[in-house]
Amino acid sequence: MLDALDRQIIQLTQAGLPLCPEPYAEMAQQLGVDAETVMQRLRAMQTDGIIRRIGAVPNHYKLGYRYNGMTVWDVVDDQIDILGAKVGQLDFVSHCYHRPRHLPEWPYNLFAMVHSKTETGVQDQIDQIAAILGTYQRSHEVLYSTRILKKTGLRIEAR
Amino acid sequence: MDAIDRQLINLLQEGLPICPAPFRDLATQLELSEAEVIERLKMLLADGTLTRFGPMYHAEQMGGALTLAALKVPTERFDAVTEIVNAFPEVAHNYQRTHELNMWFVLATETPEQVDVVIAAIQAQTGLKVYNMPKQREYFVNLKLDA
Repeated sequence: MLDALDRQIIQLTQAGLPLCPEPYAEMAQQLGVDAETVMQRLRAMQTDGIIRRIGAVPNHYKLGYRYNGMTVWDVVDDQIDILGAKVGQLDFVSHCYHRPRHLPEWPYNLFAMVHSKTETGVQDQIDQIAAILGTYQRSHEVLYSTRILKKTGLRIEAR
Repeated sequence: MDAIDRQLINLLQEGLPICPAPFRDLATQLELSEAEVIERLKMLLADGTLTRFGPMYHAEQMGGALTLAALKVPTERFDAVTEIVNAFPEVAHNYQRTHELNMWFVLATETPEQVDVVIAAIQAQTGLKVYNMPKQREYFVNLKLDA
């Protein structure tokens, strides 16, 4: 489990990594430990899956992806795992999940996020998903994001 | 943003190595100096091309929880409700979407119990029903986009 130093590392980097030639040494100095310790802790958290990777999160719009659609589908329950796995394999699907319905207003149980630079591109992506689901989907909708209201990632409280 | 920035973004989406001078390898690959790589990264963050650069933490692997939730926000209250929802540190992402359910946010909490607590607080403060849609199964997650 996470100890106090891990938590300090998380807090120090939740807004981002220091932008300097030796970011881990910079963190170490702030934490009063040596750089090797910081790197060991980060590697251990990466191995445990606590850190997916040390990476960049782009703003989709700024990269030209104007059509960011959450496609949602009402899929027959006993087929959803097989079909969800197939939809998840499409290279343009960034996330694919089975989520609960909220009947009667929200009948959709399969969510697949798609991203495209053009309207025809996104329509083609939706058609490909529809083709996989075939007659096992009863209805669907596409919810486009129109504004990023917040995008910060995980925050933890000081303890 | 030029071709080198695009290459840099694609490389950074793969992940930065954990070594004493992690930007040096990137600099070599991009035929830039280490200082130029860092300068470009600062620019991409400053102009909003990148929303974040650093360790990407996984709430569930830390013993916490994630959920997706939605609200039907009356148009005239949209900005006020955005302010209420965004003020919760547990709200990691929040998007406006084209639907009657027009606000969709991700909660990342340190413990599974906190999800219900935060949802109750959002309902109390906004007076709106929160549609909680925790994942029942994950089929795929690939966060990379070609720049």
